[in-house]
Amino acid sequence: MDLGADQQKTSLEVGDGGAFQFLGVGKSFFGVPVLKDVTLTLRPGTVLGLVGENGAGKSTLMNVMGGVLRPDTGRMLLGGASYAPAGPEDARGAGIGFIHQELNLFSNLSVAENMFIESFPTLGRIPAIDRRRMAAGTREHLAQIGLDISPSALVETLSPGERQLVEIAKGLAMSPRIFIFDEPTTSLTAKETRQLFDIIRTLRARGTSIIYISHILGHVAELADEVAVLRNGELVADGPAAEYPIPRMIASMVGRDLKSMFPPKASQPQPEVLLRVEGLSQAGIVRDIELTVHKGEIVGLFGLMGSGRTELARMIFGVDRYERGTVRVGDALLPRGNPRAAIERGMSFVTENRREEGLLMNVSIADNIGLVALPEFARPITGYLRRRRLQEATDEKARELRIKAGSYEEQPAKSLSGGNQQKVVLAKWLLAAPRILLVDEPTRGIDVGAKYEVYTIIGELARRGSGVLYVSSELEELLAVADRILVMNRGEIVGRFERNEFAEERVMRAAFRHGEGVRA
Amino acid sequence: MKLMETRASRAILRNTTGILFVLVFLIFGMLARNFLTLTNLQVVLSNSSYIGIITVGMTFVLLVGGIDLSVGSIMYLSAVATSLVVNDLELSPWLGVVACLGVGLVFGAFNAFAVTKLGIVPFVATLVTMIAGRGLGLLVTQSVQLDFPDSITLLATVRLGGVQLNILIYALVVAAAALFLIRTPWGRRIYAVGNDPEAARKAGLKVQRIIASTYVISGVCAALGGFVSIAQIGRVPASFGRNSEFDAIAAAVLGGVSLFGGVGTVFPGALLGTVMIRVIQAGLVARNVDIYIQPIIMGAIIFFAVLLDALRNLQLKKLGRRNIMKLET
Repeated sequence: MDLGADQQKTSLEVGDGGAFQFLGVGKSFFGVPVLKDVTLTLRPGTVLGLVGENGAGKSTLMNVMGGVLRPDTGRMLLGGASYAPAGPEDARGAGIGFIHQELNLFSNLSVAENMFIESFPTLGRIPAIDRRRMAAGTREHLAQIGLDISPSALVETLSPGERQLVEIAKGLAMSPRIFIFDEPTTSLTAKETRQLFDIIRTLRARGTSIIYISHILGHVAELADEVAVLRNGELVADGPAAEYPIPRMIASMVGRDLKSMFPPKASQPQPEVLLRVEGLSQAGIVRDIELTVHKGEIVGLFGLMGSGRTELARMIFGVDRYERGTVRVGDALLPRGNPRAAIERGMSFVTENRREEGLLMNVSIADNIGLVALPEFARPITGYLRRRRLQEATDEKARELRIKAGSYEEQPAKSLSGGNQQKVVLAKWLLAAPRILLVDEPTRGIDVGAKYEVYTIIGELARRGSGVLYVSSELEELLAVADRILVMNRGEIVGRFERNEFAEERVMRAAFRHGEGVRA
Repeated sequence: MKLMETRASRAILRNTTGILFVLVFLIFGMLARNFLTLTNLQVVLSNSSYIGIITVGMTFVLLVGGIDLSVGSIMYLSAVATSLVVNDLELSPWLGVVACLGVGLVFGAFNAFAVTKLGIVPFVATLVTMIAGRGLGLLVTQSVQLDFPDSITLLATVRLGGVQLNILIYALVVAAAALFLIRTPWGRRIYAVGNDPEAARKAGLKVQRIIASTYVISGVCAALGGFVSIAQIGRVPASFGRNSEFDAIAAAVLGGVSLFGGVGTVFPGALLGTVMIRVIQAGLVARNVDIYIQPIIMGAIIFFAVLLDALRNLQLKKLGRRNIMKLET
């Protein structure tokens, strides 16, 4: 490991101004170019912020660098020398560490086993794992990032944030000279995010070059020395971070000036109550929740991670059980734990986790969209589907939401970018024309342009008279979109703000009232 | 409250095998007076040995999320090969063992090739081996029963330190497999592949080779299990090994090996599962249960075991997700 550090220094000195260079790199999938002639230099000992909309080619570029994909054209230089990895092992061998967006840990193995899965220490010649050395090494790596967990703990028992940190510790273990972070903060708490930033700064100070990819432009602005922007597979801008404040990043990303990040407010609350929740409680999760959603109203539900927002939405919809309290749609009492009944009364739920809960990944876009509204397209008695009519309706929805795809009937949902997947989830529920829409983090992990469209869609729905309960951890968007904001903290609603009382600081203070880090 | 419930259900789900095992023993202990004796235990273990060895191999395949339906046919084929060597060529029984294991290796390798190189779904690939393999065996024997000489059957009477040879072989296989899975890099990577093949690929593991190895191991185990059985009964009818794949899969699943891959152990898991199946089968015979009802009961048990596996998978996923207020309570 020490040897690696020495090598690192020499090669950095040899490299002519670049720790890593892409020279005219191009890549196509099925004839569709996803990277076009990208030329980009990563300087030694700096953090390069890489931004771009979903589907702009960031992940592809990094997969090329990490040896997961091979470029069709162009070449790469590592420390001035030609670099053409045949696989991820080669990239690792060359000192390139990669933290993927989705976690690559094995939940059935221990933390230590995950750390050493690629090269277990063995007892001399016997091919048996030297557990003591493995545990010691793991402890050392965990200490580096200040994570206090047992090396023998199974990964499945860790929180999402801890898992992410383990993944990072694993990456650090091979003391890479270049480190790629792809959306590393999505599952971290605020505190863990700080911790990660400190680690990144320490690495940079040691001379490691870092590529940092994120949709959270604030984080990019905070960390990066240089910024590079990809759009539709092309490098459209790059330069010192100082020259790229957030508005300029956005402008480069979307290729047009978004006048603002949010559409004008369209919803207009009316007196009629659509959803009434009274005294909802479930031990350890939520306590005495009271809330109403009016016709045409968007109610924001804000809270930090672990405040119980998602759990509450799930209970209202009937996916999770609750011990006490009632949920009424109009005047009708909703039975507990029965999502079907909720759907029948016109309630829809767009979940936070679109990959696992919201979408059938291998099924076509059109079929996904049609899923919830299917009964409405069935012929009476026989139950046969009116295929033509269904297809027209799904097509219309898909076009209305501007889902970017070659063919709605043929293309599976998994082939879409994150933002477009989210639009498919929305389209599915919108086709059922919900009276009440519950949305949970509808804009998480999607790009600025798609976010704008999601806001527009939800606003339009409210304008047409639906009630929306909008769960989010991004206060900014709630301030812009909601008519009212409820703040949750440790399973209770601790603050209620009317639109004329909206002030970021006051809402935040309510959310943090009991001190930060419920899940620390 | 909630937390305790969660803990309790997690503990139950993780230890279904142990709980079932105790239940089965209690029930049969009550049904048959002399059930829980040392001799009887030896008999149960002895009867478990051949299917147990096959179950060990099956466990490897299940751990990577695959399945091997061909083990019964491989048993038959290797028995046929042994007979050719020992009966027709009149060579030494040791060469018979070599031929037996060799056949297991070859057909295991064929399964591995079909699954990893040709990309055929394991269910279909091994189904083909099962059907065609049985056909090949019957082509050679013309469905005639094979009888084995004393040189083979006497092996079954060998005792070392008072323990029957087949039990010893079974114990050795279990110990070797358990150590391999728990203590070696390759073993741990088998679990990794079963947990998430895509992540394993990204981690630079040789996923295809790891998967291939499990089919080869399963093939060899099937052959070895077959040999142990030959030595015990001394003759091989045309139906030899038929339905063994289901016994092995059922034993593994009862032993807590998940059909979803990545979860399960050879020791104690697969071992307990095998003994359980055997105890139930022996119990049904001992209680004179109608032979047409026996398969129905076995089917129900397998259904129950697979159902438990599915529930456990679902529940563990849920429990894994819902840990939000853990630190508070």
